[in-house]
Amino acid sequence: MIPAILLMLGIGATCGIVLSLASKIFYVYEDPRIAQVENNLAGANCGGCGYAGCSAAAEAIVTGKEAPSLCIVNSKDGVEAVSRIMGVDAGEAEAPLSYNMCEGGNRAADKYHYMGVSSCKAMDAVYGGHRVCTVGCIGLGDCIKACKFGALDMGPDGYPVVDDAKCVGCGACQKACPKDIIQVKTLTEQLLKFNQTHDPLAPCAQTCPAEINIPKYISEIKAGKYAEAVQTIRMRNPLLLSCGRVCPHPCEDMCRRGLEDEPVSINQLKRFVADYEMNSGSRIPITCAPDTGKKVAVIGGGPAGLSCAYFLRRIGHQVDIFDAMPKLGGIIRYGIPEYRLPKKVLDWEIQGILDLGINAFTQVKFGVDFGLSSLVASGYNAIFMGIGAWSDYALGIEGENLDGCYKGIDWLSKFASGQDIKLGKTAAIVGGGNSAIDCVRTLKRLGLEKVYIVYRRTRKEMPANAVEIHAAEEEGIDFVFLAAPTRVIGDENGKVKGLEYLKMELGEPDKSGRRRPVPIEGSETVLDVDMVISAISQAPDPSFKDTDPTPKIKDLELTRWNTIDNNPETLQTSIPYIFTGGDSATGPSLVVTAIGGGRRAARAIDLFLKGKPVEPVENSLLGKRIPESIFKNVEGITPIKRAKMPEIPVNQRLDSMIEVDLVLPEDQALAEADRCLNCCRICYNPDTEFPIAK
Amino acid sequence: MGDLFVLAISCIFINNILLAQFLGNCPFLGTSKKMETAMGMGMAVVFVLVMAGMITWIVDVYLLKAMNVEFLRTVSFILVIAALVQFVEMFLKKSIPGLYAGLGIFLPLITTNCAVMGVCLINIKEEYTFIEALVSSFAYAVGFGLALVLFAGVRERVILSRVPKPLQDTSIGLVTAGLIALIFTIFRGMV
Repeated sequence: MIPAILLMLGIGATCGIVLSLASKIFYVYEDPRIAQVENNLAGANCGGCGYAGCSAAAEAIVTGKEAPSLCIVNSKDGVEAVSRIMGVDAGEAEAPLSYNMCEGGNRAADKYHYMGVSSCKAMDAVYGGHRVCTVGCIGLGDCIKACKFGALDMGPDGYPVVDDAKCVGCGACQKACPKDIIQVKTLTEQLLKFNQTHDPLAPCAQTCPAEINIPKYISEIKAGKYAEAVQTIRMRNPLLLSCGRVCPHPCEDMCRRGLEDEPVSINQLKRFVADYEMNSGSRIPITCAPDTGKKVAVIGGGPAGLSCAYFLRRIGHQVDIFDAMPKLGGIIRYGIPEYRLPKKVLDWEIQGILDLGINAFTQVKFGVDFGLSSLVASGYNAIFMGIGAWSDYALGIEGENLDGCYKGIDWLSKFASGQDIKLGKTAAIVGGGNSAIDCVRTLKRLGLEKVYIVYRRTRKEMPANAVEIHAAEEEGIDFVFLAAPTRVIGDENGKVKGLEYLKMELGEPDKSGRRRPVPIEGSETVLDVDMVISAISQAPDPSFKDTDPTPKIKDLELTRWNTIDNNPETLQTSIPYIFTGGDSATGPSLVVTAIGGGRRAARAIDLFLKGKPVEPVENSLLGKRIPESIFKNVEGITPIKRAKMPEIPVNQRLDSMIEVDLVLPEDQALAEADRCLNCCRICYNPDTEFPIAK
Repeated sequence: MGDLFVLAISCIFINNILLAQFLGNCPFLGTSKKMETAMGMGMAVVFVLVMAGMITWIVDVYLLKAMNVEFLRTVSFILVIAALVQFVEMFLKKSIPGLYAGLGIFLPLITTNCAVMGVCLINIKEEYTFIEALVSSFAYAVGFGLALVLFAGVRERVILSRVPKPLQDTSIGLVTAGLIALIFTIFRGMV
C-alpha cells in the first residue's frame, strides 16, 4: 500500500515539475487579452467562425484580423464585452450584410429536375447545379439551413430573401452556398465590387461603363421605392443628376427589349429618380465606412475626380480635391452648356458629394500653384490625377490664328465661366462630335443669324449623340457635310471673313469601319462667316510635367496621345502612388466612363493604402459581354411604346439657355419601369406567359 | 524484422482499433464530416500515440512491474499521458509552430482518447518488447487514421444521397461505420 501511494505521489510530482519547468522553458508570449476575449466568446468550439476553436478565434480578434463580432453565436452582451476589451466601439466596425445576387424567380424553365435531392451542395456536385443558368441560385436553401439567426427565408419565387434587420453578417450562408450567389460583404466590399465574368448580370448592366445595377434600380422604381433606387445608383455613380441628363446611355443599345421592341428608356428613369430626390427638398443620407486615417489627394474635380473622391470617402479615407477652375465639375461644368445641364443642378449634386466630408480647393493648378513634392510633403498617401482632356487639337490650316478663330472646349469653358465673348453674325464650327454640337446650339441661343457645322463625312458618321444631332437640326443649324476646311480667309484688319473648304466624297471604309472621305480636286468653296470654331477632339494638357519643379514628376509616363500611361485594370501609373482615370487616362470619352474609371481607381488606391498588392480584379468583365447573355431574339414580348422625353418646344428655347429636356412625369416613369424585363444573365420576366421551355 | 511487419499489418488492418476493436468512436464520428479535419485528427493521433506508447511501456516495465503495483496501471497511465500531451503541446508551440498550427485543437482533444489509452494497455497485455510496442503503437495509429479518412470520404458522399429524415447525419454515419467494419472483417485470417 505504502509503495503504491509513494509511486503515485512520485509520478504526480514528476509530471508537475516537468510541466512547470516546460511552461517556463517553452513560454510563448501571449497577449493577455486573448484569454479575456476567449472568456467572453460563446465557448462552444463550434468552428462557425471559420477558426479552429474559440481560442484561435480569440487570437484572430486580438491580432486585429477579425472584428469583435466574429463569434457567430455570441450574444450582444458578449460582443460588447469583447469590444470593450479590444478598446473599440462595437458600433464602429463595418457591419457586413448578406445579400442574394440572384434575383431570379419562376420565370425560366428549370434545366434539371431534382429527383429529390435536398441540398444545394449535393445538386452542385451532381449536376453542376444548373437550375436556370450556370451561375444562378439553386434554391434548395442550404443558406437558410446554415443561418443561425433566422435572417434568411425562402421567398415566394423559390429564392432566398435576406432580412437585413436580423442578419449579423456571420458569413455562414456564404460558406454554405456552393454557387457564390449569396454573399456577405461590407459596405467597402460592395462599393468596390466590379463586374466579373461569373456574375449574374443583365446585358445593360454589363454594358454600363459605371457598372450600375440597372435592373435593380428599375425594379425599385417599379415598386415605388425611389429612395432605394437612388441608393442603388449611388453604389456605382455619384453623379446621377448629371448622367441622367447627358449620358448617351450605351446600356440602352444592349437592352433585351430592344431586340423586339424599342429599348427601355433607362437613362430617363435614372433622371426621374435623381430629380425626385432633388425636388423632394431633402438629401437621402449616404453612409460611409469608419475612418481609416489615410489621406488621398485628388487632382481635378471633374467627373473622374469627383467619382474617385466620393468612393474613397465612402470607404473611409480622407480626401481633398484640387481644381484649377473656380468651381468643381470640370468638363461637365465648363464643357456642357447650361441648356443641357443647368449649373444649379450640378451645384446641388456636387454639394452632396462634398457634404460627405471632402475638402475642395479651387483655382489651384497642378504644376503651377502646387506640385508633386508639396502633396507628398503634406502627408497624402496616394494621388489621383483626373486632369481631363482640355487641350484642343488645332486644325493645322492657314489663317487659324486670325481674329475670330476659336477652339471648342476653350471657347465653351470661357463662355461657361462668364468671360467676355466677342460674337459675330455667322459662324462655322468644324467637327462632328458633341462639343461641336454644344458650340452650335449655344451660338444659336446667343442670337447668331447663321450657324454652320462643317464636317468631313456625313450625318451617319457623326460621333455626336443622335439626340443631340436631332435637336440641332430642329433648332435650324445648317449642316455642311463632306467638307474639309483648307483655309481661313481674313480681311485686311486680320479678322475672319470666310472659311474655304474642299468638297469630299466617301471612299473605302477605314479601320474604324467608317468610309474614308476623299477630297474632290478643284472643288474649293468659301463659306461667308466671321467666326470659326474648331471642335475636333482634345487631348490632356501635359504642361504640368514642365512646370512642376519636382524631379520625380519626370517619371510619370505619357502615351503618344498625351494621356497618362496606366494599367487599364488598376489605373496605376508609372509612379506607384499616382493613379489616374477619366479623359486624362482614356482620351476624350463619356462622363459615365470617367465615373467608372474613378471608382476603379478608388479600388486600386484602397488596395495600395492597405499595403496589399495592386492587382486587377479576377475574371474582370471590363466592359466585355457575357456571350450566353446576348440573345438574337427574345420571346414573350408585346411591343409597348417607349416613353417620349418631354422637351421645351423649339420656338421657346432659342432665346435663352433654359434646360431643353424635361423629366418624365411620375405615371409615365412608372409605365416605363414596367417595360423593363428585369433581365439577368439568361432569364427575364416576359410580358406574356413564358412561351416555351428551353 | 518479418515479425514486426506482420505485427504492423495486423494492427492496421486485422485488429484495426476503430473497426475491429471499436475504441475511439467519439472522434471517429465527430471529426469525420470533412476530409480536412479527418486528416488533421489522424496526424495528431499518430503523433500522440507513438509518444504515449513509448512512455507508458517504460512506466509499466520500470516502475509498476518493478514495484509490483500493476493494479495502478490505468490511473497512472491517464496521468502520464495527460502530462505528456500537455508537454508536447507546449514544446510544439515554442519550437515547431508550423506543426502546432497544423495539429491545432486536435492535440488536447485526444489527451485521454480511449484509442490512445487502449493501445497502451494492449501493448502491456500482449507483453510486447519495447520495439514491438513502438511498432504496434505506430501501426494502430495509422490504422486509426486510415479508417477515419476512409469514413470521412464516404460521409462526404452520403450527403449527396437521399436519406430518410430520421436517419440523417449521425444515424446514417453509424450505419455506414458498421458496414465499413463488416468489410474490414475480410482481413481476418490474413495473418
